[in-house]
Amino acid sequence: MFLVVALLLLAAPALLPAFRLELLAKWLCYAIVAVGIHLAWGRGGMLTLGQGVFFGLGGYAMGMHLKLADAGPGALPDFMVWSGVETLPALWAPFRDPVFALAMVVVLPTVTALLLGTLVFRQRVRGAYFAVLSQALAAAFVILLVGQQGLTGGTNGLTNVRYFFGLDLYDPAGKRIVYYLVLGALLAVFLAAWQLSRSRLGRLLVAVRDGEDRVRFLGYDPAVVKTLVYAVSAAMAGIAGALFVPVVGILGPADLGVVPSLEMLVAVAIGGRFSLGGAIGGAVLYHYASTGLSETFPSAWTYLQGALFIAVMLWAPRGLAGLLASGLSLLRRRRASPPAAPAPEEVPA
Amino acid sequence: MAILNQLFIGASMGAVLLLIALGLTFTFGQMGVINMAHGEFIMIGAYTAYVLQGVGLLVALPVAFLIAGALGVVLERLLIRRFYGRALDTLLLTFGVSLILQQLARDIFGAPNVGVTAPAWLTGGVGPLPYSRIFILVLALACVAAIAVYLTRMRQGRRMRAVMQNRQLAAVSGVATERVDQLTFLLGSGLAGVAGVALTLIGPVGPSLGTYYIVDAFLIVVAGGLGRLGGAVIAAFALGVLNSFVEFWTDASLAKVVVFAVIVAFLQIRPQGLFVLRTRALT
Repeated sequence: MFLVVALLLLAAPALLPAFRLELLAKWLCYAIVAVGIHLAWGRGGMLTLGQGVFFGLGGYAMGMHLKLADAGPGALPDFMVWSGVETLPALWAPFRDPVFALAMVVVLPTVTALLLGTLVFRQRVRGAYFAVLSQALAAAFVILLVGQQGLTGGTNGLTNVRYFFGLDLYDPAGKRIVYYLVLGALLAVFLAAWQLSRSRLGRLLVAVRDGEDRVRFLGYDPAVVKTLVYAVSAAMAGIAGALFVPVVGILGPADLGVVPSLEMLVAVAIGGRFSLGGAIGGAVLYHYASTGLSETFPSAWTYLQGALFIAVMLWAPRGLAGLLASGLSLLRRRRASPPAAPAPEEVPA
Repeated sequence: MAILNQLFIGASMGAVLLLIALGLTFTFGQMGVINMAHGEFIMIGAYTAYVLQGVGLLVALPVAFLIAGALGVVLERLLIRRFYGRALDTLLLTFGVSLILQQLARDIFGAPNVGVTAPAWLTGGVGPLPYSRIFILVLALACVAAIAVYLTRMRQGRRMRAVMQNRQLAAVSGVATERVDQLTFLLGSGLAGVAGVALTLIGPVGPSLGTYYIVDAFLIVVAGGLGRLGGAVIAAFALGVLNSFVEFWTDASLAKVVVFAVIVAFLQIRPQGLFVLRTRALT
């Protein structure tokens, strides 16, 4: 199963026209975010409604560098000229350095998540409270981006990114290389998440999700576990955001706010938050459907979207992966023991 | 004078947020339901005022309460009641409901914002203070007073508090918790409808009106303490006033960030919010 998908993804540039390939790369970016959400929410029970913030931090760090590189030395990015900014703001200056910008792609989201996680989890603020706070962070972040027009490009965001470290992104060959970059990042993130889930930290994480107090009584600090994993999921979202910029060429508040953040989460819920493959598949499927249907039938898609959330939560809280797993085990059981009556339940003494 | 004016704008914004947060704090506190569709009840209230603007604001208020409240009960009966004990799942469920309701509004009334003309008796004001904002303030305080009386003096309200403090214990003491849940949803959603009517006095009405306020309202619930009337009142006015002053001194886009930072800092001192329901439960 894994091999088939991997081969298909590897062969995709040969099979798909450039436009489709770009869309696939975009969905794979969301899949990277989904891996982080699977860790934080599926494994750790932290309902993070603000992944768009981390996605945006990574994306803007990358976008700022690319805009500066596009403009050339000493010149200003186009939107600053339009909004009448004369000198390069101090916040932007260090992003001329590619190494600094690439480091910031991971550092900014990680530090933000560490800070928020430490402050929140240490005080045992959890569950719905945490969800509400992370959502408020997303709302505040977007309002800040829109408001600081000269610094962030306002509502439009960073647009017309054409070159990515010397690659021409309008050229199909450039698109192909970026696609492989995204695919490589997804694979790396996938392996990292898989390793993390198998590690001691991963098992502690599940324990914290299922019984935080018991873990505390055993002498561990649940706040540390949660904060660490939250930061990892934020870093993953940051990487995804950074790759989103060269793939799509645009990054703006419309990709990051409360609703896009929720959509990232919902995609994971539909695919199956408890399963790594489910989360990735859900992200790709959801955004595939969203791109296809939202343009042709905008109104019907919204109804369908709403109905889909309700249906998944009502009948398949473990998502498509859960449905698949229970379907498979049903098949297996039927094949293994055709006539047997269900074994009598063991009654505890 | 500017400071007084800013204080007043903040207070009236706080009053609207309070009306919204009142409903949330009870549904969240009593049932652990994170109702994202609450914002759409505001929107429904606002459109009720838009449809009824020929008839009058004072008619729109009770009608909006009933429509939004009835929809809240329908939502509770049809969907939310299957989700007790799965608080985080209700968030996604109700987000789906909220998407559908927003799209319905878009299909019925069109995507652009519509305006509601304030009735003649609310135009003008005392010095710099417009009557419309004074009206909102009075309306919010009246609603708080009514809720306070309901919670402390009336049998149904006392049952509601009992369920909020301990659902199982209330159930074994003979409280019909399901009925109480329905009533809570009726009240909470109805108040959101009233808030929607009040909002038409401040700005235009659009399908995504509710999403602007829902996040702030949740923050108030968190800062005030779950299901605490006093906490919600203080937190709502504090947030409204803080927001308006930071906007005045810096700019609107920074205000939200400052408010968020203040709330996170506040949770360092009181992680459970302003007023805590003291129990011996571990979590």
